[in-house]
Amino acid sequence: MSATPAAPTRSQPAPPAPRRAPAKRHPLLHPAAKVVLFVLCLLPLGWYVYGAVANPDLLGANPAETLIRGLGDWALRFLWITLAVTPLRTWFNQPTLARFRRMLGLFVFFYASLHLLAYGWLDKSLDLAEILRDIAKRPFILMGFVAWLLLVPLAATSFNRAIKALGAARWQMLHKLVYAISIVGLMHFIWMRAGKNNFAEPIVYGSILAVLLGWRAWKRLRR
Amino acid sequence: MHFHKPRHGQRILSSEITSREVYAARRDWLKGAGALGLTGLGLSGLSDAALAQTAGPGKLAKLPGAKSTIAGATVMEKLTAYKDVTSYNNFYEFGTDKSDPAENAHTLKPRPWSVLIEGECAKPGRFGLDDLLKVAPMEERVYRLRCVEGWSMVIPWVGYSLAELLKKAEPTSKAKYVEFTTLADKAQMPGVRSGVLDWPYVEGLRIDEAMHPLALMAFGLYGEVLPNQNGAPLRLVVPWKYGFKSAKSIVKIRFVEKQPVSSWTKAAQQEYGFYSNVNPNVDHPRWSQATERRIGEDGLFAKRRQTLMFNGYEAQVGQLYAGMDLKRNF
Repeated sequence: MSATPAAPTRSQPAPPAPRRAPAKRHPLLHPAAKVVLFVLCLLPLGWYVYGAVANPDLLGANPAETLIRGLGDWALRFLWITLAVTPLRTWFNQPTLARFRRMLGLFVFFYASLHLLAYGWLDKSLDLAEILRDIAKRPFILMGFVAWLLLVPLAATSFNRAIKALGAARWQMLHKLVYAISIVGLMHFIWMRAGKNNFAEPIVYGSILAVLLGWRAWKRLRR
Repeated sequence: MHFHKPRHGQRILSSEITSREVYAARRDWLKGAGALGLTGLGLSGLSDAALAQTAGPGKLAKLPGAKSTIAGATVMEKLTAYKDVTSYNNFYEFGTDKSDPAENAHTLKPRPWSVLIEGECAKPGRFGLDDLLKVAPMEERVYRLRCVEGWSMVIPWVGYSLAELLKKAEPTSKAKYVEFTTLADKAQMPGVRSGVLDWPYVEGLRIDEAMHPLALMAFGLYGEVLPNQNGAPLRLVVPWKYGFKSAKSIVKIRFVEKQPVSSWTKAAQQEYGFYSNVNPNVDHPRWSQATERRIGEDGLFAKRRQTLMFNGYEAQVGQLYAGMDLKRNF
């Protein structure tokens, strides 16, 4: 898609098309934009901490389950949002969105780590042997663990020096892992719901991921 | 007062001892129980009689029950709060989230209600709710409830032994199993429109399991009639089996010769067997059944408690399964 000026869509006569906006800063480039996004990304955690500390009713009758599952949900959601950055840049012609991608990606790792910690602590009382046994025994747990493990190198190489050290090409190759992670993460989610035949949410997540990855595949094929 | 002997190396935690709040409430109730002629029984009689009545929040019609004399019928553990018992439910006819039943079950009409009893029996028939309520005296039974998902509660149910009702129908020698069917009415149950399970919900018991005195036909909890989300107006409670075996809002009881196929077995044969006895040694394919979390009691960071064989009812029901391979017959 090329950046042609938008055609008037209303039936009224179009006002004279403004020339390029005077050198006004794009709102997404505002220095506060990143701070706002950072705070927004912390809201889910804030909700759970508030629930756990001050208002247990918020987390329902089984707060441990709410926390473990909720943190996993948010890890998946942030991963989907991160994967949406590139398509959204193109579809809405907003190249500046790219500056938020690293932070969003790190929040995926943040929530995935909290999810793992909540499972290990609340469900397994930090009994390492028991956790390892669980991972070895249950493919559904293994899937989740593998997804988290694959996130580690991405989080560890998310600063500028790492990009320089690796070289842009190699760094990009490494970060293509995110596609595999999204699929493993989705499988973890589907498997978790499988025994209860409850696929409504996995279908929504799967459909969105199909669009996000399908669009990339389609673009590649057209090249 | 009698206490359970610690079994399986399990110690009685201080948290399992009846809290001041609970026994104070029971005593408050007792002060108002003069009309029932329960006063002046002395201290030992007092605590026993007090146990027979657990006061609910007074939202629904009262359904009192006398303390049960059946062995194992009164667990001496802290009761799960009424709020948790009635807001954290698996009742897929009203939605798959555990908060859904409490939100959606108001559309269920528990009256008028009748249950069809049929199949291999001499006296089949349709029984109205008022008749069902009079089949045997109501008892209060404090049972552990262990969900297959790894959480548990302690609930004061009101009802009578299922055997009392089954005997009325005079099952024949061909009645080897009993099949229970839950209402499946799209108008009253929004979840029935979804394809999560093959409706109606069907559960089954072997006849000797169904006739065991601990198998309860429940009509109430916390001294009041069952809230809709807990399976009004009548449900099964089989305390030594995972919760899903205890069919809710029952409309049909059928004596059959062949083992019925339970809804969950039909949905996922490798995950949910016909017996589904609580067994810490047989894991669910996707999680361990060795431990459980007691709702509302174990703190967020508390270690999960050990799950007991047959949910702690081994002394009462173990002989039903003598010689059976419980790993194969899960």
